[in-house]
Amino acid sequence: MTDTTLTHAINMDAIDRSDEINQLADENIRIETNGLNLFYGEKQALDDISIVIPQNRVSAFIGPSGCGKSTLLRCFNRMNDLVDGVRIEGDVLLEGENIYDKSVNIANLRRRIGMVFQKPNPFPKSIYENVAYGLRLQGVNSRRVLDEAVERALKGAALWDEVKDRLHENALGMSGGQQQRLVIARAIAIEPEVLLLDEPASALDPISTLKIEELINELKDRYTIIIVTHNMQQAARVSDYTAFMYMGKMIEFSDTKTLFTNPAMKQTEDYITGRYG
Amino acid sequence: MNKNDLGKHISQQFNTELEDVRNRVLTMGGLVEQQLTDAIKALVERDKELSESVIQNDYKVNEMEVSIDEECTQIIARRQPAASDLRLVMAVIKTITDLERIGDEAERFAKMTMQHSNEQAASSHFGSVEAMAELVRQMLHGALDAFARMDVDAASKVWLEDKKIDKQYESITRELITYMMEDPRSIPWALDVLWAARALERIGDRSANICEYVIYFVKGKDVRHTTSEQIKREASQEN
Repeated sequence: MTDTTLTHAINMDAIDRSDEINQLADENIRIETNGLNLFYGEKQALDDISIVIPQNRVSAFIGPSGCGKSTLLRCFNRMNDLVDGVRIEGDVLLEGENIYDKSVNIANLRRRIGMVFQKPNPFPKSIYENVAYGLRLQGVNSRRVLDEAVERALKGAALWDEVKDRLHENALGMSGGQQQRLVIARAIAIEPEVLLLDEPASALDPISTLKIEELINELKDRYTIIIVTHNMQQAARVSDYTAFMYMGKMIEFSDTKTLFTNPAMKQTEDYITGRYG
Repeated sequence: MNKNDLGKHISQQFNTELEDVRNRVLTMGGLVEQQLTDAIKALVERDKELSESVIQNDYKVNEMEVSIDEECTQIIARRQPAASDLRLVMAVIKTITDLERIGDEAERFAKMTMQHSNEQAASSHFGSVEAMAELVRQMLHGALDAFARMDVDAASKVWLEDKKIDKQYESITRELITYMMEDPRSIPWALDVLWAARALERIGDRSANICEYVIYFVKGKDVRHTTSEQIKREASQEN
């Protein structure tokens, strides 16, 4: 429309959609890193990462293999501590407290920050016992409490209707997609604050993948979710914010709508459009 | 974003597809421009046959629109383009819609002028339409040129030209109203002259739209329904 008189007649508020775009500055922050460096021996895997993870949102990390996205994810519940020769500098703050502080109880930290991996890894136990496992570790033994928690977690993971009649069958007899949702149920049974998903759907067929994505969307009301994925379309579909990493550096972190339509950095543009830089 | 950097995808096939779709838009643009040029020439030279051929050839423009649309649908379905690739496909889809409508307006212009080419009274009035037509033709040419080079500066300059065309349209309208009031017998031809001028004015608007898509593709900013100041600002900002 080029007629200026008409332009003024249009109610600009009605078509102004800028408020629909999430603004990172307006979010509550759950996790924050400041100048995070990580070395595997001599090799630096993370280079000066400063990022904020907003609460009750899905944040996706994308980037080529070896860019450090999984390493960064693992920093959030100190999974990297298990790697020999790892050295970490800088802060990772959960609710303002440094999780690398000596006083932090790691088991307790991992209760607050749950994690799901690429390959579903249920225990060779019944479906029920898989979900109840974390609660039993915490000393919950009441049958009634466990029953309720298992049902709630399985419902939360959109699995209840499929398994409610065979809760005591071995979990290894389930399909891959079901196993992955079971693992998510196991993670949310202990009601963590943050859920870390490392390529949660890359070993699944497209339909199971869609179910996981649908689940992620439902779970974000209750949890803060961080997902690492190689599938850019998946990041575009499920996330509110997307971080693009390259060679250990955080190149760009912005709301997903902007990042996939008009990224600020050329490196991001090249990656998401499938160009070589 | 290097604005002409359609290549460099890891997938050569994708490069080819994007290049192809862009080239076909340029071809379609060339065809539409030719239609408009012929329609104007037919008026100036009172060439009924040329007007006829403009009317006959509109189907070619329509066919191109349908086939480029189909190609864009295929690209979206198979490639899931992102960022500048996505903006290019969106800009192409919108541009060809406007080009097709410009083709329709050229056809309408040819019809209106053909009917009265031999009438003395109408003939004298087509003079002012001719001047406007030349401006519109230049504007369409400029818009297509800006699209071909994905040149934001050129696009914003061409966009501003539409103001001049709108003014000319207003003045032709006033002139025709005066005639119609003075002599009601002039109403039939005056209305047709008005329709011809109206067709040109719409072509101006649609050429301005194409300029907006160029700015959208290069800058990632949707400047539709904004002011000329905003468009100038976008054009002057470094990417």
